[in-house]
Amino acid sequence: MTDRSPDVDADSGVETTGHEWDGIRELNNPLPRWWRFIFWGTVVFSLVYWVLMPSWPAPPGLQGHTPGVWGQSDRAAVSGALAEARQERAALGARLMGRDAAAVLNDHELSQLALSLGESAFGDNCATCHGAGGRGARGYPRLADDVWLWGGTLEAIEFTIRHGIRSGSQSARIGDMPAFGRDQFLNPEQISDLVEYVTALSGRSADRAAVLRAAPVFQKECSSCHGREGRGDPAKGAPNLSDGDWLYGGDRATLQRTLYGPRNGVMPAWQGRFDDATVRALAIYVHSLGGGQ
Amino acid sequence: MGAATLIDRRRRPEGGAGGAGEPPGGSDPVLYEKRRQIYPKLVSGRFRTLKWSLLFLTLGVYYVLPWLRWDRGPGVPDQAVLADFSGGKFYFFFLEIWPQEVYYITGLLILAAIGLFLATAVLGRVWCGYICPQTVWTDLFIVVERFFEGDRNARMMRDRGPNSFDRLWRKSAKHLTWLVVSFATGGAFILYWHDAPQIAETFFSGQAPATAYVFAALLTGTTYALAGTMREQVCTYMCPWPRIQGALIDRDTLGVVYRSDRGEPRGAHRKQETWEGRGDCIDCQQCVVVCPMGIDIRHGSQLECIQCALCIDACDAVMTKVGRPTGLIAYDTDENVVLRASGQKPRSFRPVRPRTALYLLVFLLTAGLMTAGLATRTTLEFTALKDRSLPFVALRTGDIRNAYTLKIVNKLREPRRFSLSVEGLPAARVDVIGESDPTGGELKLAGGAVESYRVFVTAPPSAVDRGGAEISLILTDDAGARTIAATRFSGPET
Repeated sequence: MTDRSPDVDADSGVETTGHEWDGIRELNNPLPRWWRFIFWGTVVFSLVYWVLMPSWPAPPGLQGHTPGVWGQSDRAAVSGALAEARQERAALGARLMGRDAAAVLNDHELSQLALSLGESAFGDNCATCHGAGGRGARGYPRLADDVWLWGGTLEAIEFTIRHGIRSGSQSARIGDMPAFGRDQFLNPEQISDLVEYVTALSGRSADRAAVLRAAPVFQKECSSCHGREGRGDPAKGAPNLSDGDWLYGGDRATLQRTLYGPRNGVMPAWQGRFDDATVRALAIYVHSLGGGQ
Repeated sequence: MGAATLIDRRRRPEGGAGGAGEPPGGSDPVLYEKRRQIYPKLVSGRFRTLKWSLLFLTLGVYYVLPWLRWDRGPGVPDQAVLADFSGGKFYFFFLEIWPQEVYYITGLLILAAIGLFLATAVLGRVWCGYICPQTVWTDLFIVVERFFEGDRNARMMRDRGPNSFDRLWRKSAKHLTWLVVSFATGGAFILYWHDAPQIAETFFSGQAPATAYVFAALLTGTTYALAGTMREQVCTYMCPWPRIQGALIDRDTLGVVYRSDRGEPRGAHRKQETWEGRGDCIDCQQCVVVCPMGIDIRHGSQLECIQCALCIDACDAVMTKVGRPTGLIAYDTDENVVLRASGQKPRSFRPVRPRTALYLLVFLLTAGLMTAGLATRTTLEFTALKDRSLPFVALRTGDIRNAYTLKIVNKLREPRRFSLSVEGLPAARVDVIGESDPTGGELKLAGGAVESYRVFVTAPPSAVDRGGAEISLILTDDAGARTIAATRFSGPET
């Protein structure tokens, strides 16, 4: 391009760009008008955008970015939306707290509200141990059946959720099964006999001589909590030993292990982590899983 | 050469110079052609009258329909035709469609499509020519144009002349009126999505939802652009329907046809001259000047032709004036033109053919299915969803218990009561959680309610076969009508 005069294509009469590839020259046709309109439109848009919205990194020495006249901030928008959602939930939750739990359960609209709030809270917080739908696992009670260690009334469930079990909270439920083997309250023969006794209690066949030997031991050491007939006591969290339902398993080896030293499973206290309405919604949800008591 | 022919066919001859062809020894054909302004002349006749009536009818339906009232009881807009998004319902006179019944709308769309196929296979582009909104609104906009700028000749003269105040005010008034009509179009559209009187009031007081303003503005803009400024380009370049129609028409399909066998050779004709040895076409260009698409029908069937039949009216008027029979341009088939030209007898019009019979059959089948669906439509929906995380629970008594979530939809506006029972499992008990009377529970549903209930079914182990049983949960209303939800009752495998 040493020659300044434009190279004009003979056929079309259009100036060329001077570029040539394999004998093909490029015409210097103007860009389409609609294209130019859009191009300048985007330029104008960006100028307006820079003024209104956060856009440029701040000049050296300052942190952050230019804030923009509109003060738009995604972070503030998220916190705002969260606060709004919390407020909405609180308004819903307040409806659950106006009456006692049983009245809420018997009001179809309120109980549906409690169940939906409770279901999501359960899925987020409880299902990790108790399983989806409260199906339970070894060491974590099944909530969908009719066995309740600490009582299955709405009030009892709500109390358990609020304060937990052996959670360290002041009002926590505490059931303290002694470590009969480890602390040498009983000798291994006595423990073996007791295993047979408990096996027999739940209706299975057991060594009759061992059962007879263990009967006085059971009455002396166990009946204060588990009851004379081994039916348990929800006030102490003592399981019913006669119903065939076992938290850790009912085979002889497991019973032996339990008698040697207890498991003392822990459920956290949720007061302070949940608001009152969530605790109530959870209590109603858990109650509905198995029909409560 | 092909491209040149194509463009020549599309070129509308200005001022009677038509058919002159390419300048001899001209340059290469131009593949891009700028739009030519079309000045369609007002015409009168049978088809124009029909089109006026259809214009009044279709516009009337569009503007009046949302204002029709229909008593639907309290809490629901009393509107005959309404797509109520916030309430999740679609109302069409006696029909009330719930979201889960959206297949009725699918059915309506299928009916519309098949109906369009049928009409096209029999009569060609009648949709395009008579009732397509693009055609109707363009017609309406041309009425406005003529009111302010006059008919074809006056408009052409003024457009060719110098800038003047006369031209300025006429054009401004035209565009302003177009905008008002466009706004009325876009404004009427939103009436279909809200309670009409209420949205009309809130719209003008600035209280309406943002979507109402957005859609009103959107449709105002598209109406103005499509019917005012783009017109025939929409049909020729944007609309897919002309392309689809090619597959729907056959040699028996009627179309607007210039009967060249009768018309050619064409030429000017003086009163005393004989009609012997010449065609009936006197080359008066009337068919061309009235065409809203700016084409010459005498070039044969063309992509651009929407078959609005205005050229038939124009030609018939001329034929009457010169004392020749009408129908030089008429609804006919290209094949008949060829047959007559070679002295053969034209085929008679056959509206019933395998293709149209098939379309009719599908149409009737769909309509029949929809009618049957409507006639047997239930006013109650009842489903049972079994708990799956824990298929069954063995209770301390030894009983086996399954849990279900019931979904009950009461589609009536009146509250209803039901009793719930279970069949297929002897000695089974059903309990509804949270109802004050938990045994054999009675369920109360408000009008239009969608409710869910948690339910336990309990049976003694002796009644449960290995693995479980198929059972039915049954809702019985006060009149004794039963609605059944089939589900499964699980039990231990051993």
